Amino acid sequence: MIFLLMLFVFMLAIAVGNELISKVPPTLHTPLMSGANAISGITIVGALMCAQFTDGIMSQVLGVLAIALATINVVGGFLVTDRMLSMFASKKKGKGK
Amino acid sequence: MAGFQISGLLYLVATFLFILGIKRLSKVRTARSGNQLAAVGMLLAVLVTLVSPEGGIELSWTTVIIGLALGGAVGGTMAKRVEMTGMPEMVALLNGFGGLASTVVALAEFWGRFAAPQGGLLAPSSPADILAEPLGGEVWAVAIVLSVLIGTVTFTGSLMAMGKLSGKLSGNPVLLPGRHALTAVLLLGGIAAGLFGVFGAEGSTATTLVLTLCVAAAAFGVVSVLPIGGADMPVVVSLLNSYSGLAASMAGFVIGNSLLIVAGALVGASGLILTMVMCKAMNRSLGNVLVGGFGDTGASSGGGGGADEYTSVKSAGPEESAMILESATSVIFIPGYGMAVAQAQHVVKELGEELERRGCEVRYAIHPVAGRMPGHMNVLLAESDVPYEQLWELERINGDFKTTDVTVIVGANDVVNPEAIENPQSPIAGMPILNAHESGTVLMIKRSLSPGYAGIKNPLFERDNTYMCFGDGKAFLQEVVTELKES
Repeated sequence: MIFLLMLFVFMLAIAVGNELISKVPPTLHTPLMSGANAISGITIVGALMCAQFTDGIMSQVLGVLAIALATINVVGGFLVTDRMLSMFASKKKGKGK
Repeated sequence: MAGFQISGLLYLVATFLFILGIKRLSKVRTARSGNQLAAVGMLLAVLVTLVSPEGGIELSWTTVIIGLALGGAVGGTMAKRVEMTGMPEMVALLNGFGGLASTVVALAEFWGRFAAPQGGLLAPSSPADILAEPLGGEVWAVAIVLSVLIGTVTFTGSLMAMGKLSGKLSGNPVLLPGRHALTAVLLLGGIAAGLFGVFGAEGSTATTLVLTLCVAAAAFGVVSVLPIGGADMPVVVSLLNSYSGLAASMAGFVIGNSLLIVAGALVGASGLILTMVMCKAMNRSLGNVLVGGFGDTGASSGGGGGADEYTSVKSAGPEESAMILESATSVIFIPGYGMAVAQAQHVVKELGEELERRGCEVRYAIHPVAGRMPGHMNVLLAESDVPYEQLWELERINGDFKTTDVTVIVGANDVVNPEAIENPQSPIAGMPILNAHESGTVLMIKRSLSPGYAGIKNPLFERDNTYMCFGDGKAFLQEVVTELKES
């Protein structure tokens, strides 16, 4: 039952994702890809929850690895996207002066 | 119990922020705030997980802190250091890390719940039977296989894409003999090993089989990107971005977490749409891109390459080019991948400003697949402060070439090849192009007469109104600017 519910949620999310980006100007394709990429770093939540298994060195190594990789994805992704987008923004200010 | 429900509500808020973020990312005016909203959503998700993890588990803080600090430092440094021209590689690499993270989550889960508590070898039965997982043992087991598979393919595929984009690997398509059979064997064999590992096998055999799945998936990622040429990498990166979302979603099924499932699915769907948009701009199907080998026949047989094929090429030096531009009242720049390679975006903008100062109308025509990422040229020109209003999309500007004095093409080739509309037999027939050939004069800044990615001849080089400007884009344009300023 819970599985069906989760599957339902999964399908709905796909439908929403489909609708969300149907109309995007090409200018924003790279930032959008990069921003979406950062969001896919949500696996960081899964990585953090892995850190519960403290018995055994293997689990700890895997835990640190998962968290570190996901964090790189999240932090790097959002910062890089912001850097790109800040250039579009600064241009508008430049126009005013 | 109360704490658990509040954390669930906050997860919902995070999901909402992601949806809102993606929505706002699709409009220029709101894009930056959209990205920031998504980042806030992510921060919220992480904080909730740290304070009140689902199921009330206890986190190992050493592991958490080391992981977060390490990842934060590396990710932050990379984001700060990367050049705007290196953006495609950066996105590919980050994407790969995300995919690998999902794989490791699934492996850690597999290891932690199955192998370690039972003492590995002593595990009594197959992983699927061991625990009543949140979604049931079977779902858990299948999700582990899918998460490991998709995550690992994303990882090695992204690394290959990064190598091809940065030039560390040859951008040419590499066609292994029997590659279709090989990819099929790797994929099906990997899945079979994985499924048998989580359902049928016991103890260390199960672990070995799951690791076999990892290796097969890694090889599959490499083999499937190898035959695809460097200029198709944007499509590949975009598709892999979609995969990394799906991998996160599968990891969500593994740990029974709806936030992962939803956010991953959002990225999976939007990544796929973006991939389709890119393919459409090249007038090719996704299948055609993924089978690979595009442009290989032309380039390797020598049929499309080399200067000897062109008979009546006129060339112009910086001085002559400056003279042509001096008398122009309307100029359109067409940037391409060559501009990114030569890092010529700043000098392009300098030239544009100089021309504007002289009362000339200056615009930039952006082909949807110019460069190595969708919007690659927009980002580069934005970096050098070209006003957004001067960037024109293909449909909006194509009718205006007829009335334009000079078109300056900086490092673009296939996207201005008139073959696409004039020769129905051409491999690129039907691809939308920028009609540069219709303008009064064309200045084509290029290193040589070598063919573009499609590996075919470009008759534009020989047109009466075309001047080839041989040289490095940056150096050549710099000289043109100097000439113009002196005159």
